[in-house]
Amino acid sequence: MENCLLKMRHIEKRFPGVLALNNVDFTLRKGEIHALMGENGAGKSTLIKILTGVYQMDAGEITVEDTAVSIRSPQDAQNKGISTVYQEITLCPNLTVAENMFIGREGGNWVRHTEDEKRADEILKLLGIPARSTQQLGSCSLAVQQMVAIARAVDQNCKVLILDEPTSSLDDKEVKMLFDLMRDLKSKGVGIIFVTHFLEQVYEVSDRITVLRNGELVGEYLVEDLPQVELVSKMIGKELDELSTLKESDEEDISKKEVLYEAKSLSSSEAEPFDFTIHKGEVNGFTGLLGSGRSESVRAIFGADKVTGGNVTIKGKNAKITRPIDAMKHGIGYLSEDRKRDGIIAELSVRENIMLALQVMNGFFKPISRSESEAFADEYIKVLNIKTASRETPVGSLSGGNQQKVILARWLLTHPDYLILDEPTRGIDVGTKLEIQKLVLKLAEEGVSVTFISSEVEEMLRTCSRLIVMRDRHIVGELTGKDLNQAQVMKTIAGGEA
Amino acid sequence: MKMMKNMRKEPLTDTQLLMSITIGIFIVMYLVAIIFLGGGFLHAQQIFDMLNDNASLIIVSCALTIVMIGGGIDISVGAVTSLVVMSCVLYLNSGGNIFVSILLALGIGLGFGLVQGFLISYLEIQPFIVTLAGMFFARGMTTILSVNPQKSEHSGFEKLREMKIEIPFLGYTAKNGNFVPARMELGVVVALICVVFIFILLKYIRLGRNFYAMGGNQQSALMLGINVKRTRFFSYVISGLLSGISGYVFMMHTGAGNATNAAGMEMNAIASSIIGGTLLTGGVGNVIGTFFGTLTLTTIKKIVVSSGLNDPWWQSITTGGMLCFFILLQSVVLGKRAKKKNS
Repeated sequence: MENCLLKMRHIEKRFPGVLALNNVDFTLRKGEIHALMGENGAGKSTLIKILTGVYQMDAGEITVEDTAVSIRSPQDAQNKGISTVYQEITLCPNLTVAENMFIGREGGNWVRHTEDEKRADEILKLLGIPARSTQQLGSCSLAVQQMVAIARAVDQNCKVLILDEPTSSLDDKEVKMLFDLMRDLKSKGVGIIFVTHFLEQVYEVSDRITVLRNGELVGEYLVEDLPQVELVSKMIGKELDELSTLKESDEEDISKKEVLYEAKSLSSSEAEPFDFTIHKGEVNGFTGLLGSGRSESVRAIFGADKVTGGNVTIKGKNAKITRPIDAMKHGIGYLSEDRKRDGIIAELSVRENIMLALQVMNGFFKPISRSESEAFADEYIKVLNIKTASRETPVGSLSGGNQQKVILARWLLTHPDYLILDEPTRGIDVGTKLEIQKLVLKLAEEGVSVTFISSEVEEMLRTCSRLIVMRDRHIVGELTGKDLNQAQVMKTIAGGEA
Repeated sequence: MKMMKNMRKEPLTDTQLLMSITIGIFIVMYLVAIIFLGGGFLHAQQIFDMLNDNASLIIVSCALTIVMIGGGIDISVGAVTSLVVMSCVLYLNSGGNIFVSILLALGIGLGFGLVQGFLISYLEIQPFIVTLAGMFFARGMTTILSVNPQKSEHSGFEKLREMKIEIPFLGYTAKNGNFVPARMELGVVVALICVVFIFILLKYIRLGRNFYAMGGNQQSALMLGINVKRTRFFSYVISGLLSGISGYVFMMHTGAGNATNAAGMEMNAIASSIIGGTLLTGGVGNVIGTFFGTLTLTTIKKIVVSSGLNDPWWQSITTGGMLCFFILLQSVVLGKRAKKKNS
């Protein structure tokens, strides 16, 4: 191909215990926008990091404009014409736009303000970016800041521009501005690699799609040849026709039971308004691709993000939940998606971690006696089968699955009426996964309501009696009864007709 | 078209905004002093006295401004100043040469800067800990050199010390009819040169802009291709060097070494920088602001003393109050900006 810009052939990358990329090919042509798709752990970020010199590949070759290159560092990648604009903006908000475009680049010891500003204004005008060179970057909107980062890359003569989740913090109008800029660059011959989890955006702006799954190449497709439903099934790894309907949950009509929690147009700083109801003893789930807003929605229920509106009733009474402690007082427990950041405190012991939520509920002036807390800890270590040397072992030294059980124990100890489990089975072995799933069903039998989120649709189908499907931050469907099968879920996620 | 472009005023950057506030407050405060306390504050000599007494504070405040813009802290500056004074006085009294004594001062400062900079940048130890250790070390060394105060007896140096720049047109006629010209010590000239030099460094030299980038967002600075370790290293080296200069200027002012010299100076320097609009979080600040910050701090102290509150704790209390006021003002002003942007 004569207009081939970047070729990656037979790329292999191994991390201790995992083959992150196995014989992956990727080709980028001049003047094309190429979407790189895949679920978590598919290997897209590893591939990007190899291309930008953050990681070194173990095998394979990379050619830029038919010359073989080896990329040793991010700086090296930039010199070879490969620039990256990351999701979080990697510019300095306290400097001016012009300074951000020129700082850290080759040049003498003196800063030539007027020259830099003139040059910056030219580029900004050329690319139609609504910013002035003398403006402090922090006074620009996020979208414009992102565009300034792109302008910097363009001025460094980049041939390959990698946009890693550029739209995740932008609103619709800003996304449109960014897309216009991308199309403009494309017409100037720049090759753009677009990594995103917003399916509709992929179809709006891309020419080609490369799909990765579990570190392997699934294929490269022209956008018009790959309908959205097929893209989803390729990402998740199930062909639609070979999907067998899994076990139905017993047809006990859950909706006749008492409503435990009801939210009307609940919204938070991170989540769009949504309605949501859960009955006593019901297990339901939020599903959707990564970034579809499922975690943000449950975080709004728990008050983990700033709640901006909506009415909440719990057991028929109005409730105001703006902080996690409010939710806890109403009997809601929340197991977070990121247990490292929001969940465990690695330096504290298993016992201390288990006691944490109960202690907070009781208030700090009513200490729980040592013997009592030891008894609780021992009980839950036994019930949940937590594998730990002793109850005083620091949680950080436990395996992921056992850490997860510790957090689960923490919430069970507060005897919640409603438990939210966000990705409780991520990164843990199959055996523990099953244990947790069984535990969820057992809790439901005992009358606890559970909202369950998992990236694995099968797991959701096994445990939930109702699935709420989200796409691009909105609820797009609710599946119950016989609709609860993988094919239907996938169609709804992709936005195909039900 | 060109006219149009020049007429469109860019909103002030955070740095410029905070600096303007400081200068404004200094002027208001000085006017208040003139109105209520009159007398001495009307004479230009009052300002020169403030400069003469605080030349070395101005220099270490500049050092702190650089380090704080880069997101760090250096609390060894006062102790290094004191060590330099003691070493140079002892050296001169032993029959040393003035030129060599200057090199000695610069060398001690540079030595502290290099070692502290290395530990902080390349071994990645917390700057507070490193410079705290540096502070204890320098204080200890000063005491080892001499427990008793040492007065300079070097005739050549004493002559240098006596040299004052007279500015006749800013003088005044005393009550007895004699005309007294305004007098400025050589140390003030050194301090002003330092201010101008650092102003140029921060604004027009690449290294200076890199300090801002590093303090603004270290991760970003790295991604933008800045050698963050080297940049941080240089910020502490410059700070050490300025402490050495400050020591020499201090000695030119007092002419004596004392183990308790420049006690608490690092805290006054931090206060001056903050009042001058430097953010402790890094990335925002300006040496002109720091200059006026130092003057503001000194004016407050003068006002307190002139009001008849001679006890030293009144100065501490007012300084503390001012500092609170400024930090509050900074966060309110910057917070309002952020809100305005988001709406």
